[in-house]
Amino acid sequence: MTATDHFISEFTRLGRESAAAGPAWLRLAREAAVERFRELGFPTLDDEEWKYTNVAPIARTPFRIGNGFAVRGLTVEELQRVTFGEMDCTHLVFLNGRFAPELSRLRPVPDGVRIMSLAAALVEEPDRLEPHLSRHAQFEDHAFVALNTAFIQDGAFVYLPRRKVLEEPIHLIFVSAPNGSPRVSHPRNLIVAEAGSQAAVVESYVSLGEAAYFTNAVTEVVAGDGAVVDHCKLQRESEQAYHVATLQAHLSRSAHFASHSVSLGGALVRNDVNIVLDAEGVDCVLNGLYLAQGSQHIDNHTFIDHARPHGSSREFYKGVLSGRSHGVFNGKIRVRKDAQKTDAKQTNKNLLLSEEALVDTKPQLEIFADDVRCTHGATIGQLDEDALFYLRSRGLAREDARSLLIHAFASDLISRIPVVPVRTGLECLLMTRLPVGIEHREGI
Amino acid sequence: MSTSTKTIQDLTEQEYKYGFVTDIEAETIPRGLNEEIIHLISEKKHEPEFMLEWRLKAYRHWLTMKEPTWHNVHYPPIDYQAIFYYSAPKMKKAPKSLEEVDPELLKTYEKLGIPLAEQKLLAGVAVDAVFDSVSVATTFKEKLAELGIIFCSFSEAVLNHPELVRKYLGSVVPYSDNFFATLNSAVFSDGSFAYIPKGVRCPMELSTYFRINAAETGQFERTLIIAEEGASVSYLEGCTAPIRDTNQLHAAVVELVALNNATIKYSTVQNWYPGDREGKGGIYNFVTKRGRCLGVNSKISWTQVETGSAITWKYPSCILQGDNSVGEFYSVAVTNNYQQADTGTKMIHIGKNTRSTIVTKGISAGHGQNTYRGLVKILKGAANARNYSQCDSLLIGDKCGAHTFPYIEVKNSTSRLEHEASTSKIGEDQIFYCRQRGISTEDAVNLIVNGFCKEVFRELPMEFAVEAQKLLGVSLEGSVG
Repeated sequence: MTATDHFISEFTRLGRESAAAGPAWLRLAREAAVERFRELGFPTLDDEEWKYTNVAPIARTPFRIGNGFAVRGLTVEELQRVTFGEMDCTHLVFLNGRFAPELSRLRPVPDGVRIMSLAAALVEEPDRLEPHLSRHAQFEDHAFVALNTAFIQDGAFVYLPRRKVLEEPIHLIFVSAPNGSPRVSHPRNLIVAEAGSQAAVVESYVSLGEAAYFTNAVTEVVAGDGAVVDHCKLQRESEQAYHVATLQAHLSRSAHFASHSVSLGGALVRNDVNIVLDAEGVDCVLNGLYLAQGSQHIDNHTFIDHARPHGSSREFYKGVLSGRSHGVFNGKIRVRKDAQKTDAKQTNKNLLLSEEALVDTKPQLEIFADDVRCTHGATIGQLDEDALFYLRSRGLAREDARSLLIHAFASDLISRIPVVPVRTGLECLLMTRLPVGIEHREGI
Repeated sequence: MSTSTKTIQDLTEQEYKYGFVTDIEAETIPRGLNEEIIHLISEKKHEPEFMLEWRLKAYRHWLTMKEPTWHNVHYPPIDYQAIFYYSAPKMKKAPKSLEEVDPELLKTYEKLGIPLAEQKLLAGVAVDAVFDSVSVATTFKEKLAELGIIFCSFSEAVLNHPELVRKYLGSVVPYSDNFFATLNSAVFSDGSFAYIPKGVRCPMELSTYFRINAAETGQFERTLIIAEEGASVSYLEGCTAPIRDTNQLHAAVVELVALNNATIKYSTVQNWYPGDREGKGGIYNFVTKRGRCLGVNSKISWTQVETGSAITWKYPSCILQGDNSVGEFYSVAVTNNYQQADTGTKMIHIGKNTRSTIVTKGISAGHGQNTYRGLVKILKGAANARNYSQCDSLLIGDKCGAHTFPYIEVKNSTSRLEHEASTSKIGEDQIFYCRQRGISTEDAVNLIVNGFCKEVFRELPMEFAVEAQKLLGVSLEGSVG
C-alpha cells in the first residue's frame, strides 16, 4: 500500500465512523480535497516547491488520526510548563487536534465575538463558516492542504464583528501527546475579522512526549476593510515531530496583517505563509525566525501576492543553524499587472554556526507592473570576526562573546513580536535554547 | 506620458537594422535529423573517427531526453525534423586570402560594420568570421601562430589538433549535459577554437562574428577555448541575424578551460533578430556556456549584453574547481516587444577560497519578459568561499515583466554570501532633474539607462562597449518619459 493510499483509507474509515458529520458543503469540500490528494500524492524533490525538503519520512509512516483522549495527570498548570506561564487571556487547548474544554479557559469577550472550537462552530453556526472555510487555502496544488481539508474536524474558530476590538490576545495551544502508534492531527483554524476589528492570535504547537507524530495544520485568516490582525505562530514541538503548516491570509482594503513565525522544534518542519493583498492600501508584515540544531530540517515558504495597487509588504526572516541542521527559505513576491505603486521588501539572513549545517535560500520576485519598488536581499554568513574581537578586547570570553552575538542576531526578530507575554517568554527561552558558543574550528 | 508613448512607438517601429539576406548559393543537406545525417555532416567535414563516435553517442543520448519546461519562456513546440542541420556556402576552393573570399560574403560583413580588411589594419582584432556554420576567413592567424596561439575554426582544429580537441571537448559541457547541448554535440557544424599556450598573454582581442543566413537553418556552433598555465586571453563574440519570418533555432555550446593562473575573459554582444512588433519571427537562442576554472588562481569572466533574439535561454556559468579561483558574470539583458529572456548564471564553488561576483541588469519594455535565474552553490570543500550577487531590473511600460529566481545552496559554513535584487522604474524625479537642465526626455532616459548598465559596460572591451551602448540605444533609448 502506498503512502497516499494509507491516508485515503483513513479517510474512508473516518467517513464511516462520523458518517454525515457536518454540513453538506463541507462534505463536498472534503471529498474534492481527498480526490485532489489522490491525484497529487506526496510531493517529491522534483517538485519545484519541495526541491529542498524531502517529505518521504512523513509519507512512509502510517500515521493514524489521533483522538482527543485525556492525558493522565495533564492539568492547566502542567500545560503552563510548555506555554508561557500565566497569560491573561483566552486559552483554547487542543489535544491531538481535538478541543479539550477542561484545559481551556474562556474569558469574557465583547458582544458578538465568537471564540470557539471549529467542531462546535460547525454545529452551531455553520452559516458563518460557509463563506470562508476552505475557500481561501487552495488545495489544488498543495497536497498537505488537501489532506488537511479532507480531514477537517476541529480547530479554532474566531469571529470578530465589525469594529470590535479585542484587548487581549487569543492563545491557541495545540498539544500533541504521542501514545504508542504514530499519530497525525489536522488542526484547522479560521479567523474572520470583519471591517475595522482588531485582534491578536497566538498559535502554539507543543508536545508532551518525544515520539514521532505528525501535525498538519492549516489556518485561514480573513481580514475585512481596515481590520488589524496580528498572528503569531510558535512551533516548539519535540525534535522527533513532523510539522507541516499553512497560513493563508486574505486581506481587504487598508487591512493590516502581521505574521510572526518562530520555529524551534520539529524534526522536519515546513511552514507555508501565503498572503493575498486583494484590495488597495493593504499593509502586511511577515517576520520569521528559525533556530535549527541537531538534524532538524526547517523550511519556510512565503508567498506574497500583490494583486491590487498601493500595497506594501515587509518581510524579514532570519535563521540560526547549528549541528547538522538544514534551513530552507523560499520567499516569493508577485506583483500583478494592476498592482501599481506596490512597495515590497524582503530580507533573509542566515547564520551558519557549524560546518555541517546547510542552508538553501531562494528569494523570488515576479513583477508585472512597472511603477513599483521591490527589493530583496539574502545573506549567509558567520559571526563577524571584528565584532568578536571587539567583545573579547573588552574582557568577554570567546564563548560568551559568541553567545552574545548569536543572541543579538536572533532577538532582533523576537523584539518585533507585539504580544508582550510571548515576547518576554521567547526572550527567556532564547537564552536557554540558543546554541552556546561552542566552537568547531579556529577562526570562525 | 504622451511623449513616451510616441517614442516607444517610434522605437518599436524601427526596422531591424541588420535585416537583409545574402543571396549566396548554399550547400545544404536534407532536412531532419537521424544517424545518417550525422554521418553525412561528419563526412562532409572530413572528421576523424572519434568525432563521429562522439556525435553519435550524443545523438543516441538526445533521443532519450525531453525538452526542458522549467524555464520561464513560452514558445510553440519546435519540430526538430524540420530543420536543416548543415548549410555551408558553396565555394570552388578554400580561400587563401581575403581577396579570394566570395565578395557577397564580404559585403554582408561590411553591412554589419565589420569590414574584415579594415579591421585587420585598424582595430588589431583577429576575426574568425563564421558565416552559416563554416568559417570563411581567419585573419591574423600567422601573427598569433608566432606566439604558439592556435585560433582557428573548430573544424580546422579537429583536423589539425585532434589531440587537444579530444582532450578538452566535452570536458566542461559533457555530451549528456542538457537537451540543447546534447543536440549541439550531435550536429554542431562549426565554431571557434582557441588555444593559448603556457605563459602567453594573447596580444589582441580574439573575436568571432556569428551570423545566421540560410533560412530555417539551425546554427549549432561550438566554441572551445583553452588557456594553459599562466596564459590569458580576452575573447569577443558578436551576433547579428537577418530578418526571417519563422523562428530560427540557435543552440550553441561554449566551453572554457582555465588551468593554473590562467585568465579567460569572454564577452558577448548578442543582437539577433528579436522578431517583429507582434512577436512574429526571431531567433530562439538556447545556449549552454560554461567555464571551468581547473587550476589554482584561475579566473573566468563572462560579460554579456543581450539585446536580441525572440527567446534567450542562456546561463554562462563557472565551475570554480581550483583553489583561489575567481568567477565573474556581468550581464545586461534587454527585452522589448514580445521578447523573452531567461538568463543568469551558475557559480559552483568547489575549491577553497573561491570567489564569485554576479552583476546583472535586466531591462524590460513593451511586452518583454525578463527573468534572472541564478544558482550559487557552495560545496562542502569550498572553505572561505565568497559570493556577491546583485540583480537589478528596470521596467519600462506597464505590460512587461521582470522576474528574479536566485537559488542559493550552501553546504559550507565558512562561506559568505550576499544577494541583493531590486526592481524599479525610471524615477520621475530623475527625468525631471535632467529636463530641468535642458536635456530632452529621450536623452535623459538614454542617460539613465546607460547609467543603470554602466557597471556591466565598463567590463566590456572598448570596441564592444561602444557597440553595446549603441545597441541599447537602438533597442530602448528614450522609451519612457
